[in-house]
Amino acid sequence: MASRRAFDIRHQTGFPVVALTCFFLLYLPIAALVVYAFNAGASVAVWQGFSLRWFVTAWNNEQVLDAAWRSFRIAVCAAFIATAAATMAALATTRTRPYRGLNAKYAFINMPLMVPEIVVSVALLIFFSRIKLATGYTGLGYLVAAHAAFCIPFAYLPIRARLEMTDLSLETAAADLYATKWQAFRWVTLPLLWPGILAGLMLAFVISLDDVVITEFVKSAGQETLPTYMLGQLRRAVTPEMNAISTVFLLISVGIVTLFFIVSRKRT
Amino acid sequence: MATAADIARQARSRDIRGRWFLASPALVIIALASIGPLAIVMVYSFLAPGSYGDVIWKYSPDAWESVFLKRDIFDNSLSLADAHLSIFWRSLRLSFLTTLIALLFGFPTAYFIATRSPRTREIWLFLVTIPFWTNLLIRTFAIQELIRNEGIVNKLLIRIGMIDAPIQMMFTDFAILLGMAYVYFPLMVLPLYASMEKIDFRLVEAGYDLYATRWKVLRHVIMPMTRPGIIAGSILVFIPTLGAYVTPRVLGGGRNLMLGNLIELQFGQGRNWPLGAALSMTLLAIVLLALMVYVRFAARTGGHHHGQ
Amino acid sequence: MTHHSQDQFAIEVCNVGMVFGSGAHAFKALDDVDVAIRENEFFTLLGPSGCGKTTLLRLIAGFSYPTEGEIRLHGRDIAALPPHKRPVNTVFQNYALFPHMTVSENIAFGLVMLGRPRAEIRDSVDRMLKLVQLEALKDRRTGQLSGGQQQRVALARALAPQPKVLLLDEPLSALDFKLRKEMQIELKRLQHETGITFIFVTHDQEEALTMADRIAVMSSGHILQIGSPRDIYDRPAERFVADFIGETNFMTADVLSCADGTAQVALPGGARFAARVPDGVRPSGQVSIVVRPEHAELVDPGAGAHLTGRLAHVVYFGTDTHYHVLLDTGQRFILRRQNSRNAGAEPPEGAVVGIRIDNGAAQMLKD
Repeated sequence: MASRRAFDIRHQTGFPVVALTCFFLLYLPIAALVVYAFNAGASVAVWQGFSLRWFVTAWNNEQVLDAAWRSFRIAVCAAFIATAAATMAALATTRTRPYRGLNAKYAFINMPLMVPEIVVSVALLIFFSRIKLATGYTGLGYLVAAHAAFCIPFAYLPIRARLEMTDLSLETAAADLYATKWQAFRWVTLPLLWPGILAGLMLAFVISLDDVVITEFVKSAGQETLPTYMLGQLRRAVTPEMNAISTVFLLISVGIVTLFFIVSRKRT
Repeated sequence: MATAADIARQARSRDIRGRWFLASPALVIIALASIGPLAIVMVYSFLAPGSYGDVIWKYSPDAWESVFLKRDIFDNSLSLADAHLSIFWRSLRLSFLTTLIALLFGFPTAYFIATRSPRTREIWLFLVTIPFWTNLLIRTFAIQELIRNEGIVNKLLIRIGMIDAPIQMMFTDFAILLGMAYVYFPLMVLPLYASMEKIDFRLVEAGYDLYATRWKVLRHVIMPMTRPGIIAGSILVFIPTLGAYVTPRVLGGGRNLMLGNLIELQFGQGRNWPLGAALSMTLLAIVLLALMVYVRFAARTGGHHHGQ
Repeated sequence: MTHHSQDQFAIEVCNVGMVFGSGAHAFKALDDVDVAIRENEFFTLLGPSGCGKTTLLRLIAGFSYPTEGEIRLHGRDIAALPPHKRPVNTVFQNYALFPHMTVSENIAFGLVMLGRPRAEIRDSVDRMLKLVQLEALKDRRTGQLSGGQQQRVALARALAPQPKVLLLDEPLSALDFKLRKEMQIELKRLQHETGITFIFVTHDQEEALTMADRIAVMSSGHILQIGSPRDIYDRPAERFVADFIGETNFMTADVLSCADGTAQVALPGGARFAARVPDGVRPSGQVSIVVRPEHAELVDPGAGAHLTGRLAHVVYFGTDTHYHVLLDTGQRFILRRQNSRNAGAEPPEGAVVGIRIDNGAAQMLKD
């Protein structure tokens, strides 16, 4: 029977199959990981019935709680610092005639995205260990600073995009209506920029929460974050406790990213 | 009295000063806690190693020499440092293959997303983005769970009788390749999608109108238009895989090192910080080279980037 | 330059020049512009895009500063004053309404920034809402409004602080034809009721002719002619003005004699005719004259015709009909005739016809 469907110019043979397979493979490992978090047995491959015991085990694990709490504190501090700095930087680098140093600023802000993490890690290890020796301070400040630095380009992205979307003539209109520069920023620019800032904050938070490599190199003794703790545990025989921790972690990340999507899709 | 022109000039220079002030926190943070310390790494690469890590403040080209050459312990003669070079080679090869695999699977996936209706497109896009924002370590761990000797894949294959003994997949180059392709796949799809989204399908129509087959339309119309996306996606996958640390460490074990692990080794057990520093600088140089090639390409196909 | 007396003018623009960029890329957007706008006047800046009219408006508003010259508001030089210190408000081309505020909040914005007491703000917002007939929509977000409504909000917002001068930057260009006609009348009413000086920028000659008390025609950074709509239309002094506004027939003619602002000229084909001479011109030799298409009629060749030719095309326009005549000299001449039911029979295309120009309808150009 001849097909009566119109010739679909967008169709390419086999592409949907490959794409759907990719989506399947993308989620298969994660799905398996989440499923075995609820395994009653100690195996991460043989299903022995449903149980929440591994979540309870993780919850009662001092080290996990300690690492999670530290991760959270670092992520909150780093995200706020990075977002504030990125917001100011976005204001400094958008909606202007080109000026000397504009491109350099732009490149420098995005540099942490380009340089391999391992190289930055090594650099920070050397640099911070010198400062630790010189000052004697070994607190979380180093981790917060390092996280803030690599979060800036991520926070900068949505804020800049939002700024470029907002109409410059709105601020001109505000100035025309007797608003000083600061008033125009406070009453016009900032409210319009808010969704971008929020999106930047969430991205920065997730990025900080996820970091392994830089944290692994910068942390002082006893400063495990959840990812570095997990990295250490992976070397041993793994129980579904890891799956349970990962599941909760995933849930948080996915939740924040979903929120980010909703916020950044809102236009006004 | 100042004329209006003077005032305009002053306002402009005040504006630029204000902009420097506004940018300064970000610039300072990045300078102190990300990019600035790279200069110290450069310095360290020219010093002698201390016996318990760190360095001795004395000029020594040994680290750079040993990146590529090794000195025979008996007759002091120089020969190529096979161990290092083979790791360089493995890193480049694995990164290249990862990029290729990601492109091969990413292209149809991105095309699939770009040709959905606008509403469902956002959902598919969201599905690609989600893994990208979830923890890299967890995703690597998920792959490990799958391919371990006692993992789901081996268990399943044994159950259905295809194999008798588990296939050793962990701690092989295959495992690293699989892990990296899995982890960096979204980085390939997103830029590909971005350039495919802009395709004017009237051009595809014109292609069919002029007797092109599906394959010829793909080859001569769609692919040239997505070139910027292909280049951007390839570079976005190639660069981080080249410096990958977590995935080869978890899936490659201690034997199948990549550059990132080799560098870490020098700061850990190796206790040769200058060598680690020199290796880091080498990695950075390769990455910058790749970026420069990218900028070159992007400039040539720049017309596709911006709507103008 | 001319020195305008202080009390009579709302805005005086004196020898203003504006250069964008520098060196090889310098672009002179305004060149020695000199214009005085009277108190309570509806003044229109008319010209094609890129002629410098919006640049001039932005200089008056304070969004940019002139590279040379002075801008005076009631005699005081304000060229260097920032926009938020000028008692001048603007209605923007894209309205630039604040999307995160309601209609009322938009209208109140200027007064709030000026720190006026709350009660006063409320009163004047109410007054403004009434003035632009938007009371029912005062709590809406501006994104939910139609183009015409947004236009009214923009007007109310700019009028609320009771500026000395209101600047309007092509405010009607985004509206469809019918709405534009309505808003033209509305704007005239508002200007009349508020007594505020309006400076209105447009590229639409018809809009300028219907609304303005006076028009300044601009081209490539210069003001070519300032005058009432009638002056500009009937007595264009320059070729550009004649060409830009309405349709025109251009002819070359030889000056025979000149007296009292009128010159006797020989038209192509030899007929004699009287043409008005622009101020400050002493005509001689060959000159250009213009005749509007509706200021001439088709007649039989011979019978008192000033020009003769062949009727090339007849184009029907509903309200009127255009006749394209190819003159014996090879030039084209277009006539326009209002269609009416008892209009006589018209000659067929290709017929030999004569053209009779109305008395006093010919205007000589400066160049």
